[in-house]
Parts: sequence; C-alpha cells; structure tokens
Amino acid sequence: MSKYFYLTTLLPLIGFLINGMFGKKINNEKISGTISSLLVFIPFLIGVGTLFELMGMPADQRKIVLNYFSWIATGNLNLTYSYYIDPLSISLFLIVTGIGFLIHVYSIGYMHGDKGFAKFFCFLNLFIFAMLNLILGDSFLVIFLGWEGVGLASYLLIGFWYEKKFTGDAAKKAFVMNRIGDFGFMTAMFMIFANFGTLNIQEFLGKIGGMGINTPLLIMIALLLFVGACGKSAQIPLFTWLPDAMAGPTPVSALIHAATMVTAGIYLVARTSLLYALAPVAQTVVLVIGIATAVMAATIALKQDDIKKVLAYSTVSQLGFMFIALGTGSYYVAVFHLITHAFFKALLFLGSGSVIHGMHEEQDITKMGGLRKYMKVTFITFFIGSLAISGIPPLSGFFSKDEILYKVFTNAGIFPYALVLMTAAFTAFYMFRLVALTFYGKERFDHHHVHPHESPATMTIPLIILAILSAIGGFMGLPHFLGPNVLEHWLEPVFANANTVLATIHPEHEHALSTELILVAVSVIVAAASIIISFKKFSKQETFPEAKGFAKVLERKYYVDELYDTAFVFSIRELSEILLWKVVDINIIDGIVNGLGKWFKRLSVDWRKIQTGIIQDYTTISVAGIVIILLYIIFKM
Amino acid sequence: MIPNILSLTIFTPIVLALVILFMKKENETMIKWYAMIVSLIPFVLSLVLFFTYNPANADYQFVEKWKWITALNSYYYLGIDGISMLLIVLSTFIMPLCIMASWNTIKTRVKEYFFLLLMLEGALIGVFSSLDLVLFYIFWEFILIPMYFMIGIWGSDDRIYATVKFFLYTMFGSLLLLIGIIWLGFLCQPMIGEFTTDLTRLVMVSPSIAADKQIFLFILFTLSFLIKVPLFPFHTWLPDAHVQAPTAGSVILAAVLLKMGTYGLLRFSLPLFPAGFVAMTPYIAILATIGIIYGALVSIVQKDAKKLVAYSSVSHLAFIVLGTFALTAEAMQGGVIQMINHGLSTGALFLIVGMLYERRHTKLIAEYGGIMKVMPVFSVIFMLVVFSSIGLPGLNGFIGEFLVLIGSYKSANLGTPVYTILSTTAVIFAAVYLLWMFQRVMLGPIENEKNKDLKDISKLELASIIPLVIFIVWIGVYPNTFLSKTETSVKKIIENFEKYKPKVTETTPNGTTPPPVK
Repeated sequence: MSKYFYLTTLLPLIGFLINGMFGKKINNEKISGTISSLLVFIPFLIGVGTLFELMGMPADQRKIVLNYFSWIATGNLNLTYSYYIDPLSISLFLIVTGIGFLIHVYSIGYMHGDKGFAKFFCFLNLFIFAMLNLILGDSFLVIFLGWEGVGLASYLLIGFWYEKKFTGDAAKKAFVMNRIGDFGFMTAMFMIFANFGTLNIQEFLGKIGGMGINTPLLIMIALLLFVGACGKSAQIPLFTWLPDAMAGPTPVSALIHAATMVTAGIYLVARTSLLYALAPVAQTVVLVIGIATAVMAATIALKQDDIKKVLAYSTVSQLGFMFIALGTGSYYVAVFHLITHAFFKALLFLGSGSVIHGMHEEQDITKMGGLRKYMKVTFITFFIGSLAISGIPPLSGFFSKDEILYKVFTNAGIFPYALVLMTAAFTAFYMFRLVALTFYGKERFDHHHVHPHESPATMTIPLIILAILSAIGGFMGLPHFLGPNVLEHWLEPVFANANTVLATIHPEHEHALSTELILVAVSVIVAAASIIISFKKFSKQETFPEAKGFAKVLERKYYVDELYDTAFVFSIRELSEILLWKVVDINIIDGIVNGLGKWFKRLSVDWRKIQTGIIQDYTTISVAGIVIILLYIIFKM
Repeated sequence: MIPNILSLTIFTPIVLALVILFMKKENETMIKWYAMIVSLIPFVLSLVLFFTYNPANADYQFVEKWKWITALNSYYYLGIDGISMLLIVLSTFIMPLCIMASWNTIKTRVKEYFFLLLMLEGALIGVFSSLDLVLFYIFWEFILIPMYFMIGIWGSDDRIYATVKFFLYTMFGSLLLLIGIIWLGFLCQPMIGEFTTDLTRLVMVSPSIAADKQIFLFILFTLSFLIKVPLFPFHTWLPDAHVQAPTAGSVILAAVLLKMGTYGLLRFSLPLFPAGFVAMTPYIAILATIGIIYGALVSIVQKDAKKLVAYSSVSHLAFIVLGTFALTAEAMQGGVIQMINHGLSTGALFLIVGMLYERRHTKLIAEYGGIMKVMPVFSVIFMLVVFSSIGLPGLNGFIGEFLVLIGSYKSANLGTPVYTILSTTAVIFAAVYLLWMFQRVMLGPIENEKNKDLKDISKLELASIIPLVIFIVWIGVYPNTFLSKTETSVKKIIENFEKYKPKVTETTPNGTTPPPVK
C-alpha cells in the first residue's frame, strides 16, 4: 500500500486546487463537498492499508522511508523530500484523515448556504495536505513545510468570514504568535545543521544517541524546538491565539484547533523523544510549562460564557496534559491522550457547532438552557463527550488521563500530582457547567426569534461516530492490571531508544498495584464529585450577576492579552514609529543627507561667481594654470 | 549557438529603442506594441543563455573580448557566470511585464517613456555581463539617466525631491567607485606590467595589494554598492524613490536595479579585495543585521502601502548582504536565489499596489478595507504574494531566507551565530507588517463608499502578474532548477577566496585587524 502513499498528500492538494480554481464554476455544494471529503477518505483507506503492511513487519523494523525528490540541494545541504512512516506517524495519520473525513462530512451540513462554501472546502483540503506533510516528514524541513502550511490554513480558516471585523485580528494573531514559535523551530534547525550536518530526523537522532546526558547543545536544541511546540500547541506564553481562533467556523475549531493541528507540538516532541530523554533539563521545562498551562487554562475555562471559548481553554488545558505526559518521559501516554482527546474534543466542538447551528448562531451559554429536548442526538453525544473528558470510566478520557496522573505521581512527585488532579477536577467542573447551562435548566432564549432544532444527518452522523470512538477509544490503552496495552506495545519501537536512556537515568521503581488502584479511585471520585457539584449548581442557575474579585480576573483571562498588548504590541509599534522611523530615518539620516545637499548647493553658489562669462577672465585663469603646471614640472625635475 | 549573444541581448533593446524616436508621438498604441515586441527579443535571447549555459563549467561563458580604449587597456569584455546569467534572465523577464503594467497607466509622453524603458533594459544587461571595470562603470552610470527621468517625469507629486535624493546618493557612490577603479588600476600596474581595467586579470593580482590599501579600495567599491542595495543607513533614498516612481519604475527599481548592488559585492568587492572583505565583515554584518530588523520594524508603522513595501525591501535585501558576507555555499546561494526571489515577490507587490492605485488613486492603507469582497481574484494573488514575501515554505521567499540563515549560522567568516539569530526575528516581523497591511486593505467590512464598486483584476493586469506568480511557486517547490545553475559559480568565488586569503595573511599579518581609517 505504501507504493501509493504519495497519493495521500497529492489527493488533498488536488482537492484544494479543484475547489480553489473551479469551485465558483462548479457552484454546487454537493459536488464540492463530496469531492473534498472523498479526497480525504481515500488517503484514510491507503493509511489503513499501510497500517496493515506495518503490522505485517517485525516490530523493530516497522518503518518505511519514501524518498520522492531532491527539494533543496546546495553546498552541504542535500535535502530530500521524503516521508517516514512508522507506528507513530501512521497512528496520527489515521487520526487526521479519519477525523478529518468526518469533519468534512459534517461541514457539508454546517456550511450549507454559505457563499464561500467551495472556498471553505478548498482551505480544508489545503489543511489536510499540510497536516499530513507535518506528520509524515522525514526531515525537520519537510515537517516545517507542513508546520507552516497548517499555519496558513489556520490563518485562512480563522479569517474565513473576513467581512467581520475581529476575524482578521484573530487570524493575524494566530499566525504571528505561531511565527514566534517558528523562530525557535528555525533556530533549532540551524543549530542541528551546523553541528550535525543534517536535517534528517532519524540521522540526527542517530548522531545524538552517543552524546552525554544534559549536553548544553542538546538542551538548547530541545528548548528551541519546544518554543516552536509552544506556539503551535498554544502553551504558556504563546497560548492566547487559540481562544481567539474560535472566530473561525466551528468545524475548523474541531479539526484544526482541537483534534489535529494544535497537537503538532506534542508530535514534534514525541518524534524527537530521544533528544528530550537526553536533556532532562529541557524535559523538566516541558513538564513545568505543561502543568502551568493546564492549570491556568482550566481556571479560565471555569468562568467563560461563550460555548466555544470554554472548549478552547479546555483544549489549551488538555494540551498541557499532553505536555505533562511528555515531561514525565511517558511519551506513549502523551500520544494516547492526544488520540482520545482528538475523539472527544472533536465531538464536543462539533456538538457545540450543532448547538450554535440550531440556536441561529448564538454562542452565549447564559442565553441557552433546556436544549436537551430540542436536539436529542446532539445532547446525548455531547454528554458522552463531557463524561469522557472528565475521566469517568470506562470512557476514553478516563484511561489516558489516569495514565498521566499515575505517571506524574510516580515520576514527578506528590505536589505536581496534586496540581494535575486539581486541574482534572476543574475540567469535570467546567464541562458540566457547560452541559448544565446549555442543555438543562430554564430556557433562557427568546422563543419568538430562536427556534432550536436538531441538525441534519450529515452533522449528527459524525457526532454519533465520534461519540462511539470517545466511548470505546480508551480500550486501546488499558492499564496493565486490566489487560494488554495495545497502543503502548504498538508505539514501543518508536520510543525504545528514549526509554532506554530514561531507564539509565532513573530506574523505574516498581509501585505496588495498590498504589495504582488507590490513584484510580481518587481520580474517579474527584471527577464524579466535581460533576455532581457543578451540575447541581448550574442546572438551576437563572441569573448571571457580574463577576467580582478573582472571578473577574478569571473571566478576563488573567489580563494576559492586555499585558501582551502593552508590553509588546504597543511598545514595538511606538518604538518603530517614533524612534526608528521619525527620529533615525527622517531626522538623523535624512537630515545629514539633505544637510550635505544644501552644503554643496551653497558651495556651488559661491563657486558660480567664477563663471563670469568674460573671455579675458577665462584666458587669465588658463594661462595661470599652465604656468603653475610648468613650474611644477621644472621644479620636480 | 548564437555568436555574440551577449552583445545582441544588450544592444537589441538599445538600438531598436532608437526607432521609437522616429515614430509619431500620437501613435501610442503602435509605440506600446513595438516596445512590447522589442522587449521580447532579449527575453528570448536570455532564455537561450539559460538553456545553453553550462552549469558544470566554472569559467565565464559566452565571452566576447575586443580591445577598446587602448590607452587604458580597457576592453569591450563580456562574459557571464551562473549568477549574472540568472540576473540577466530576471531583467529581461521583468521588462515585458513592466511594459504591460505601464500600458494603461502611463498617459503622458508615452514615446519618451518606452524609449527610456528599453534603453534601461539594455544597460541593465550590460551591467550584469561586463567583465571590464570601465565598461561596467559606463553601464552602471548609464542606468541613472533613464531612472532619473522615469521618477522625475512620470512620478507623483514629490518627485523632484525624490529624484534629487536618488541622484545625490547614487552619484556619491559612483564617484567613489570611479576613484576606486582608477586607483586599483594603478596599484595593479606594477604587478601586471601595464595599466588595465580587465577584471579577470586584476582579480589575479589585486589580492596581493597591501591589506590596508585593500581595505580602502574595498570601502570605495563597496560603499557604492551598498548605497545601491541599499543597506542601512544608506537606505533613505529608496522609500522616497519608490513612493514617487510610477509602478513600472518601482518594479524595475526593486526587481533589478537594487540587485546591481548585491551583484557588485559578489563580482567585485569580494574577489578583488579578500583582505578588505575579511576586515570589514563585522561592520557590514552588523549593518546587515540592523537593516534586516530595522527595515521590518519601520515597515510595520507605514501608512503608505508603497512605502511599506519599500522598507520591507530594505529588510529583504539585507538578507542578501548577510548571505554574501557569510561566505558559505549555502548562504551565498541563498543570497543569489534571494536576489531573484525579491525581484519576483517585491516586483509583484509593487504591481499589486499599483493596481490598487489605479483604481482609487491613493496609496494610503487607511483608504482601503474589505476589498476582498469586490476583488476576489485579485485577493487570491495578493495573498499568495504576501505569503511569498513573508517566507512561507513552499513559496520562493522561504528558500532564500532559509538558506541565508542556515548558511550564515555556521559561517567562519562571520565568526558568530549572533547575526543569524537576531536576523531570524525578521520572520516574525515580516508576518506582522505584511499580514497587517493585507488585513487593513483586504479584510473587514467595506467602510469607504468609494471602494464599493472597484473592478476586479483585468486580463492585462493578470497577464502582467501571473508569470511572477508561477515562478514564486516554482522556486518554492523546486528551487534546484535555479540553484543548480549558480552552484559552481558560487563555489568558485568561495574557492578563489580561500586560495587568495592565506597569501594575504602571509604578506600582511594585520590583514584581519579593523581598518585604521574610517
């Protein structure tokens, strides 16, 4: 199957071109949508075929390198455009194309009637193309091509409804913040190339294998790559773009800003896991940033009233969880949570889209309530998703989150564990605040203008499929006291080298099964308690008084946007305008140039007086000149 | 193969331009078509150059050499390597597009305009193919005349100020260059046995000139080139010239004229004065780094779209300078491809601003907003060009920037990665100023009544910009088409440098110390 693998990126690219160039001419939603969806579904099938091909190989040889063409060849740089398929990349490949396909189908319903329908699918296919390159790239540069490509797609889709004022700001903010991350990514590539002479990831990992623990160079590279990861995966301090990115259509939020693109940072760290294993300092930084982001975003989510904003901050927080897993050296757990999160968060976003759709573009949950009787499928699936993210067994989120909690407890200690557990409690709390305010309680919307209704089948079927996946997806990573951990086993060869290094640094102490069971019990009780408290509190809430004190700080997102605006945006603009442009350019440099010009002009005015126009004067001067020259020659001799 | 193809390429536009002088000035359509057809001849000839050029051969190719000014031992000496070949192709490629862009926009003195345009083209090709310093100097100076008139006659309101400034700056540079050429000839005279301005002979002996004199000569040559680039702090003529120049003038200025400066560095400053090059590297690297960041920051706050693009040029061109002084194959190749890229992207940006200007007669960003709604096709092209200029991988701009940065990071000549790391911040600022401009012009609701019924891009406008777009994508996806043409030439420059460098340090151990005179 890998023989046809080039089609997996080529087809979405073709879809992008078809809808981009002929979308207006086709002018048929069904055709545009179907073409686009199919061009994502076929790659999914090829991916499944390739998965079986990999499974047929011996575990430690499960990798396929596909070299396509020489992309950039000059000097010592010889960069081949090639893909690397291994258990990690194929897993994410299936998530992206699988969920991507479902969201394409959903979008046919959601975007119905939008005048930019074809354009929307054009951009979605572009995104899939770029995202697959990001996952499959064999070298940092091909990954970076995808990395920037998804950034472009994200920019285009956030700003999709360009006539609204704020979408442009949100789109630009997303791109620029990602570029700050790219600065780290690029500098890391320069360092890698300068020191290892290659940009190929496997070659690079092969070369660092023998280096010592915590070599400054490796720490620097790891940290710089992590800066890139922070940008793409919305971690502190580069997280503020993601909530704003909700300005885009909801399927985009589900696909790009929840399930796939934002997990690229996690993928990058997992892909280079050996580097982080060799640089425990950097790995600790990943852990700390992960915890800080998880806590901060979860607390903000407690006080948001926009249904998508709650989910956005939830995403930031959950991405923090994944980084926590990476920071504790449990790479496969991060991927596990990435996968389950892709299921339930895509579900939740699509559910919120269905709500928004049914509520005529209303996003404020204080103006909803009691919707469960109007939209049954949406409600049930959303409820399942909420249980899954809260960590209620046996839904998928339970397994992956529990694994993270366990790893934090054993690898990082009790204090980080307490923080993460608290965040898990917040997660359950804000999710059921959302569920209660949206689907339960009094109907707070205006019945004359709003007639809530269930969405069409193209939207509800993807919801049902994702709900099933969210429910059962966790069984691929069962804790070992329950059964075989399929996913861990599958990803084992990918992380084998990193795990060997980690084992030499701090040998894993065996924990008693009882510890593990106690931890499970604690987290389930905490989650269940949070759900009950939250549900009780909010299902009856009818008035929404203005927030005060710390609640206000949370509602205003810790004033981070305001801080960035003054500290960076405003100051850079003022510096550039007043100091650089007006003072340096116009006053100093131009002042000197124009001053010189004036000086020459004055000089020439004075000298002009010599040009009297009288022949006699000229003759006198000429003769004088000749005499001087003659005298010079005579005396010289 | 066509004999004397370089001379043909230079002189067909110049000689055939003279015919325009005998045409009736009322006959504008005929003049335009004539200019268009004439401009296609050198383009076809340069394509022949492109396809028959042998990239494996490091020597100058298509050489023509005749004795010319016997008193000075100056030659009519032409020949090209991969770098000059690409720049010639760029010049002849841009020119028909400029004629299209001028088709409906130049309404006064049509005859003179197209005459000057063709003269300019011939001179440009001459600059890039001269291997004799006097010949080079003549072409170099000749360029000033048509450019001076183009801004001065067909420019906007403040054109006189802009032309005077442009003239002052470049004349100052040219003067230094002339002094440098003469002095160099005299210094090399004892070693060669006669005074000559033949570059290939001078290059063999000039590296053995004493280091302090080399530094002086280097400054004389390089200042003139850096003004042309223009590198901070010699850049202030550029924004004024661009803002005042007609669209086609801006396109030529940005796409080709500025490259004369960066080309001069590669062709003359570097091979002639290796000791001076090494000694001055830190200063110029600092200026380049400042220029990269400074140009980007000042772009952010521009209110005039054209001025914004002009300042972004200051930033983009400094990358080329940095790449040249890094002296690694990757960085210099990046610099060369960046010369082409900047020609394509910034050329396209000026065309785009020109199209907006034709519709609304203003370049102020604040006058626009929401244009995407009324000009959908235009907006696609605009966006693509913006992202090319931002340096999005998959488009051309990235290739140049990335190669310059990755090559300069490990550069022994620069000696430190600090310049590279600082310059990399420009990837952030470039996104800020370009996306912000795009947002203010294209996105949001239409608030200005005058923008409500602007016409989308016309067929003629499309024809003028689509060729640029094609190569913007081509270079991004498969840069090897072009990189492979210049690889040996760049490597030869580096090789020669390495060959002559040790000699320099032997004869003058203080060759690497900073110059005593500033």
